[in-house]
Amino acid sequence: MNERKIRVVVAKPGLDGHDRGAKIIARALRDAGSEVIYTGLRQTPEQIVDTVIQEDADAVGISILSGAHTFYFNRIIELLRERGAGDVIIFGGGVIPDSDIPALLEAGAGAIFGPGTPTSVCVKWLEEAVAKKRAEE
Amino acid sequence: MNKEYMEAKARYESGVAKSLQKHKERKEVFATGGGIPLERLYGPEVCGDSDYMREIGFPGEYPFTRGVQSTMYRGRFWTMRQYAGFASAEESNERYRYLLASGTTGLSVAFDLPTQIGFDSDDPMAQGECGKVGVAIDSLKDMEILFDQIPLDKVSTSMTINAPASVLLAMYICVGEKQGVPMSDLSGTIQNDILKEYIARGTYIFPPKPSMRLITDIFEFCSRHVPKWNTISISGYHIREAGSTAAQEVAFTLADGIAYVEAARSKGLDPNVFGERLSFFFNAHNDFLEEVAKFRAARRMWAKLMKERFGVTNPKAQMLRFHTQTGGSTLTAQQPENNIVRVTMQALASVLGGTQSLHTNSMDEALALPSEKSVMIALRTQQIIANESGVTNTVDPLAGSYAIESLTDEIEKKAFEYIQQIDEMGGMLVAIEKGYVQKHIQDSAYEYQRSVESKQAVVVGVNQYKIEESNKDMKLLSVDASVGERQIKKLADLRRSRDNIAVNNALDAIQAAAADESRNLMPLIIDAVRAYATEGEICGVLRRVFGEYTENIVL
Amino acid sequence: MEKLLEKALAGDIRSIARIISLIENDTPEKDELLKRIYPLSGRAMVLGITGSPGAGKSTLTDKVIESFRRRGKKVAVIAVDPSSPFSGGAILADRIRMQRHTGDPGVYIRSMGTRGSLGGLSRGAKESLILLDACGYDVIIIETVGVGQSEVDIIKIADTVCVVLVPGMGDDIQIMKAGIMEIANVFAINKADKPGVDRVAAEVRLMLDLVKDRSWTPPVHLTVAEDGTGVEELVDSLVAHGVFLKENPDGVRREWRRLAFEVEAVLLQSLTRLAEREWSAHRTDEVMNLLLSRRTNPYAVAEDVLRKILPCDRADRGATEEEDSPDVAANDG
Repeated sequence: MNERKIRVVVAKPGLDGHDRGAKIIARALRDAGSEVIYTGLRQTPEQIVDTVIQEDADAVGISILSGAHTFYFNRIIELLRERGAGDVIIFGGGVIPDSDIPALLEAGAGAIFGPGTPTSVCVKWLEEAVAKKRAEE
Repeated sequence: MNKEYMEAKARYESGVAKSLQKHKERKEVFATGGGIPLERLYGPEVCGDSDYMREIGFPGEYPFTRGVQSTMYRGRFWTMRQYAGFASAEESNERYRYLLASGTTGLSVAFDLPTQIGFDSDDPMAQGECGKVGVAIDSLKDMEILFDQIPLDKVSTSMTINAPASVLLAMYICVGEKQGVPMSDLSGTIQNDILKEYIARGTYIFPPKPSMRLITDIFEFCSRHVPKWNTISISGYHIREAGSTAAQEVAFTLADGIAYVEAARSKGLDPNVFGERLSFFFNAHNDFLEEVAKFRAARRMWAKLMKERFGVTNPKAQMLRFHTQTGGSTLTAQQPENNIVRVTMQALASVLGGTQSLHTNSMDEALALPSEKSVMIALRTQQIIANESGVTNTVDPLAGSYAIESLTDEIEKKAFEYIQQIDEMGGMLVAIEKGYVQKHIQDSAYEYQRSVESKQAVVVGVNQYKIEESNKDMKLLSVDASVGERQIKKLADLRRSRDNIAVNNALDAIQAAAADESRNLMPLIIDAVRAYATEGEICGVLRRVFGEYTENIVL
Repeated sequence: MEKLLEKALAGDIRSIARIISLIENDTPEKDELLKRIYPLSGRAMVLGITGSPGAGKSTLTDKVIESFRRRGKKVAVIAVDPSSPFSGGAILADRIRMQRHTGDPGVYIRSMGTRGSLGGLSRGAKESLILLDACGYDVIIIETVGVGQSEVDIIKIADTVCVVLVPGMGDDIQIMKAGIMEIANVFAINKADKPGVDRVAAEVRLMLDLVKDRSWTPPVHLTVAEDGTGVEELVDSLVAHGVFLKENPDGVRREWRRLAFEVEAVLLQSLTRLAEREWSAHRTDEVMNLLLSRRTNPYAVAEDVLRKILPCDRADRGATEEEDSPDVAANDG
């Protein structure tokens, strides 16, 4: 049996065009051995969820710098659940104030990484989260 | 160099060698943030074969290395222009009037993302985004409110708008009309720089070809009717924010500039004329010496390009005039007060680099939209540099610094190398299509990230000198979630009350002209705006004719 | 597994996606599963789209999907990008240009890395076709970058191969040298609004003229994927090639070859699996030290391992006879 790779969708929901962070995390995950499905800019929550399902992704990483994080996180989580994919890990980053984070975690986000988080921290977190999820399968 | 100097230098070097035996230096290699290696010491020999008159010259004279005006800040300070705008036109209008009352000398309008990408607030794509990163403008109605009680003949207004720049400029012209200000008296800037949207910022709508046509339509229209308007702000800011080095910022920005000049020339416009209205927009990061050198190099390079490549003889069209914004990506969410210090250094670098206008970031921008207090501190930073630091009392005070002149040469050399490669590929449009530019920027961004993670690059408060903290208690500005609903209601009212036949006729006229490259779209867009066609409707018509761009990913 | 398969065959996307992962990961249940669904496959038209990086393959694929959708066909796409040889990871970004189809239940898009297949197509890609075929997709498109092994691999699984060229890349000659000319059933000269398109088209036609006596002459289409110009005609040719395969004896020969490849591939994979298992059992510190001190050699060790797998005396090295190497290069269909 081949080594089971982590498959992760990295997406930029909405209209925000700042993709430096998304691209850096995509590269870091690739360099850590994951398969990163990169969807590019201006994705609707529906497109992101369709992508996650078609690609059988273990996780989806969302980057938002426009301040629209609460709307997008909630919508994506809701859609994943509707489509029977509530087990998919969701994490994210961008310009997200600490005060908004508890509500996002409460809604079902696995982790929110603020500005300045080393990519190695995100990578390690994701590897552990995926391992835990697979153990539960 | 004379004998005495050479002896002294030898003495110094043997002294260094001795000292190195006792104490090693902090690092093996010292380099600028952009990776340019730095010598231990720069001396007069670095300027040995450089020709002062050819490479440096006098302020206000070719090649403008020392600045674009003869007296620079002894005449008047730069324009202190704080980028602002959020929520709805009403709230932003209030913030602008506050800023003007606080001593801001020019407005800089931030639009929300739906406005920047040509969607009305009631478009499904606008969901969750209305009023978030700037003000939501759907129609002339909103624009009238935005500039209520702000006399357009007195202020200059910069608008960060690109793909739909024609539409917002048309709205501004119409507001002027209503205030009784003829368009020939309007002054300000539209960003209107689509190439860097493909490269780094992401708020494109149409494919490159029709986008370039919209831009040259504006050049042509404004050179006839809005002569004081800066028709483009060719932006390196976002290229740098996306992760480029300083030299890449200069190279790719000027390469974009070359593409615009070429496009306008092929439309029959004279660079001696439209060249005067080209303006630039750069970033200011922390590496102080490199940043000062960057601005000086950019100015010299553009002058050379305009003169030698495009045969421009009008000095005003050879000058690179620029706005600067301090580097958003250098701000840290950790210990945000430290950002005040970073912004100060960056602002000082841009002043010593000879900027024409400046936006200083607020300390809390890595966390959210800036609060009123932090905006005030940012503005005060500029005022302190202008009035208290003394650097404004003599022109280009760092000229002749061995290190600065050497770095200026080095950045010019590196940047021209990139430009040459882009030329060889067939120009900037091809380089973007092939992903050349994006690849170089992303590689630099990734390299920087790795150097921060390995602590080769120290970021105070982030990878060293950390403290336990939380920004939960910081007073941050949050945008009222009801902005979207309010805008949607305003739109519904508008669509009911306006003359819809006139709107449809105006939109049909745009559609017909869009398909015909020989027509200038500007007058038709003004007609449509005046009839209260919405931005989304106008862009929708253009989308149908022009198609939409899909990004080119190179990772 | 049973339930997953049932749901997949009923069209549940998540189940289809899950099974493709099982196939890609080469899980133990895989062979049994493929055996079960194999009889349900064989209806789909399998299209390969290949060409050099920057040729606009993904944009063209996007337009080809659209055309097949208009013709009432269900379409699946497997978009293959190279895996990093260092980390084994990959950034898969081809679907960016096809994202507008995500909401369409008649379109399934899956991104894959080449994984260990040395730049070629992974087994997973090939076997996923069987599943997608069995699940009722009428057209299955495999998009690969035409570098390295993948373009040679693609004729082993695709019924019809479309090679995408572009003017002005300066590498058209290289493409021809690399053998991409031989595998094309249809040519698309994309970005045909760029200068130099006539020259590329003429060069391709000239190359094609050199081969006489063939039952199918690859048509050359000029396309502008950005705005869809020429795409309908291209798809017509792709469909025509499918019809040709069904009606012409060459088509049957091609299918034979393809099936032979298929058996070989399964055989090789099974043998590799066995060999790997046996070798890891055999790989003791003792053996490694013997190798290190050169008291034994890799050939002898391999022979020992092989003897355990193959009980008969065929284990000696070199006994594998070269099979009739199928003439993959001949452009006969």
